[in-house]
Amino acid sequence: MISYPRWKIALVAIVVAVGVLFAVPNLFGEQSALQFAKDSGELQASDRTAIEQVLKDKGVTPTGAFLEQGRLTLRFASTEDQLKARDVVAEAKPDAYTIALSRASRVPEWMRNLGLNPLKLGLDLRGGVYLVYAVDVQGAVKQALDRNEQDFRASLRTAKVPYQDVVVDYPDNRVQVLFRDEDGRTKGRAAILADNRNMNLTDTTVGGAPALQLQFDAQQIQTRENDAVEQNIVILRNRLNSPELAVSEPQVARQGIDQIAIQLPGLQNSAEVKKILGKTATLEFRMVDENDNPLEAVTTGRVPLGAKLYYTRDKRPVLLKREVVVTGDELTDANFQPNTQDGAAVSVGLDSRGAAKMLKNTQENIGHPMAVVFIDRSREKNAAGVDVDKTTETVINIATIRGVFSNNFSITGINPSEGRELALLLRAGGLAAPLTPIEERAIGPTLGEKNIQQGIDAMVFGMLAAFIFMGVYYKVFGIIADVVLVANVVLLTALLSLVGAALTLPGIAAVVLTVGMAVDANILIYERIREELRNGVSPRAAITAGFDRAFSAIADSNVTALIAGLVLWLFGTGAVRGFAVVLVLGIATSMFTALMGSRALVQLIYGGRRKLDGLSI
Amino acid sequence: MEFFHKVTRFPFMNTRKVWYGLSAVLIVGSLALAGIRGLNLGIDFTGGVVVETTFAQPPNIDALRAALAKAGVADAQLQVFGSSRDIRVRLPPDPNAKGEEIGAHILEVFQGVDPSVKLQSTSVVGPQVGKELFQKGALALVAALVLIAVYVLLRFTSKLAFGAILAVLHDPICVLGFFALSQMTFDLNAVSAILAVIGYSLNDTVIVFDRVRERARTARKLSIAQVIDESINQTLSRTIMTKLVTLLVVLALLIFGGETLHGFSAALVIGIVAGTYSSIYISAALALDFGLVTDDLLERKSVKPEEVDGLP
Repeated sequence: MISYPRWKIALVAIVVAVGVLFAVPNLFGEQSALQFAKDSGELQASDRTAIEQVLKDKGVTPTGAFLEQGRLTLRFASTEDQLKARDVVAEAKPDAYTIALSRASRVPEWMRNLGLNPLKLGLDLRGGVYLVYAVDVQGAVKQALDRNEQDFRASLRTAKVPYQDVVVDYPDNRVQVLFRDEDGRTKGRAAILADNRNMNLTDTTVGGAPALQLQFDAQQIQTRENDAVEQNIVILRNRLNSPELAVSEPQVARQGIDQIAIQLPGLQNSAEVKKILGKTATLEFRMVDENDNPLEAVTTGRVPLGAKLYYTRDKRPVLLKREVVVTGDELTDANFQPNTQDGAAVSVGLDSRGAAKMLKNTQENIGHPMAVVFIDRSREKNAAGVDVDKTTETVINIATIRGVFSNNFSITGINPSEGRELALLLRAGGLAAPLTPIEERAIGPTLGEKNIQQGIDAMVFGMLAAFIFMGVYYKVFGIIADVVLVANVVLLTALLSLVGAALTLPGIAAVVLTVGMAVDANILIYERIREELRNGVSPRAAITAGFDRAFSAIADSNVTALIAGLVLWLFGTGAVRGFAVVLVLGIATSMFTALMGSRALVQLIYGGRRKLDGLSI
Repeated sequence: MEFFHKVTRFPFMNTRKVWYGLSAVLIVGSLALAGIRGLNLGIDFTGGVVVETTFAQPPNIDALRAALAKAGVADAQLQVFGSSRDIRVRLPPDPNAKGEEIGAHILEVFQGVDPSVKLQSTSVVGPQVGKELFQKGALALVAALVLIAVYVLLRFTSKLAFGAILAVLHDPICVLGFFALSQMTFDLNAVSAILAVIGYSLNDTVIVFDRVRERARTARKLSIAQVIDESINQTLSRTIMTKLVTLLVVLALLIFGGETLHGFSAALVIGIVAGTYSSIYISAALALDFGLVTDDLLERKSVKPEEVDGLP
């Protein structure tokens, strides 16, 4: 008898059983689905009943439904039903919900509750839009310097310290405050430090004048650049997850140092989404300058001191005070309310700092008008193809302060189509640095289906070829290898479903390639057994020797493939990474199945025999 | 069934000058081809716009080309891909290109020729992306080679490691030569394939080295050249069988995998063939010429300092 520990066989059996369990959800396939969300707040069970009633009245029946994280997903038997249902609900309840087309797996709910989910498909397999943005990290540093410049001016003005100028030096990343004399510098430092504690100001002289300098060092710049990218990712994620946008399962990930990759599965028309993503919108609240005539300022071209000229949406000039009451940074929440008694409105929440300022301001200014300025920064290309940052500042609303308020109030006078977008942008926050699109790929759903079909064909025929070859060439041992190969594919599928890695077409190619490579280990073992048999060793000893001696060769040879795979994983993005993930996991599963799985099967077939005259190899 | 019932006795080491010559021809030829004809780089590397469309029946390409020229779409390259009903339009990088608009525009122009046309995919890649990918690709290649070299160095001796790395370098060069010769689109997937080939082609080399080490320890009477010859011959069956099966599978990928994976599968096929060749004929031979001796492969007994001190 050949000895092989029982526990190893048991281990193989358990691993394969668990693998089958995790791989099973992939057999159910996918269905067309609709995802419903509400502009404000979560979708309730009552909404679900209402939607289902509307569909029932029109004779469209969903095949399944579930409410998860405030979103309702309905599954349909066909794409026609899906589209019809969308139109029916949109018609019956206009503007009540945003509806996104999506695909949902047919996996029964109890399986999903156990955490058993099918493989995610990459964009090249399910269709969708892939976007890559470059973050203008230098712009982020510039913004930080500009902010310091403004803060310095404000501090000096408030403290009434005379100064010559505040200069921002971009290439050298520093801000310099120029004073007339030494006394000014001493007072100036005190004024600035009073408002900005822990600021590292150094003395210097610029053109003979005493000056204070704030210098960003390399470390600070790097931190700022890094923060800008991370912050932008959070903001883009917030924007994409807003119920106002009909996008299902968006993915936002950092790519390299200064890039952000976005995947929008199932999306066909990306124009609206792109418009929202690149936008930097914020609000400012300012008091109206009632003492001066705005028309005069326009005709003479002279804006009174302490005021700034704005235009309303209908191109009327307005003079607003320079001091900002509250900025968009102090906003905590914004919700669109389509039907208030004053028309469409956006309700706004402020943080404690903003609330305190607003409270003070409203207490002091009852009966005076306050304006809401909408600031929209977008990046466009000019005729020469150079990026230009465009800022439009529009007064969207002027209202007289009727009472005292602080952290919660509504902005009215908004037109409904803008209100939705404004609420979304305000809630998600402003981008920390401008974005430039550098890559865009849109894959149609039919191409995705074609890719899946071709991938599956390649896999089936490739495996079939390997199966037949192994069976013919190594007989019973070949069939063992075939069984092990199937186990390998099952384990790989299970592992991919478990880690939630998206399967792409290069990923399928990697599955096919690992099938080819997984056979290698078996061949190495069997060739070794044959060699031992040729040398006159008994069948039993040949089996033991074959597995034991082939081990180091298999391990060594797989390590080099593993290194290549890991390097690809590390350096690759998008499709390359999809390939690398599967390759690395595939090498791992194939080593396990060939060394342990195959050994266990050989043991089960030959191990118990008392007399072993020959092997079918 | 067994193709290699008897252990072969090919004199690999004595004939190695021939194989070096063949490899030199392959390498020089590949590099010359890549230098003269250049690679047909995909938009992953050059940047640009690719719009893929599909028609109900094979369209008249000249009519499509004329329609594009008339609509003012300059420098458009038209190409049939996959089946004759699928047309790919490629445009050079354009700083103002917006994917959606270009796709819609080209679709509109094509609809004027044949209304059955449908848009399959649109890709817009900025020129800066390509530059970055090139650098990353090169970096990945170097990193993989260095790491693998370190591993082989740790597991075997330096002479074998150098032989292995030089032999492995030979494979991606052959793949590049093939791409230059066929003018098949060289894209990001082809780079993945090359890296996979590097890792995979070392498999056989490692198997041969493993055997060389094993034999060197047991057959002390043989010269190192004889040991290498024997080892290659003894492992020849598995080297060829493993590669044959992988090749079968990869051929399925080449035939059924569709247009997207063509470059990838082709690179794998060439890489696997080149890798098998270099593992058998080149890597161990190089190690021999680097002065590999049996002593390099024996388990070194650590010499304790006391013993050295104790010597007269």
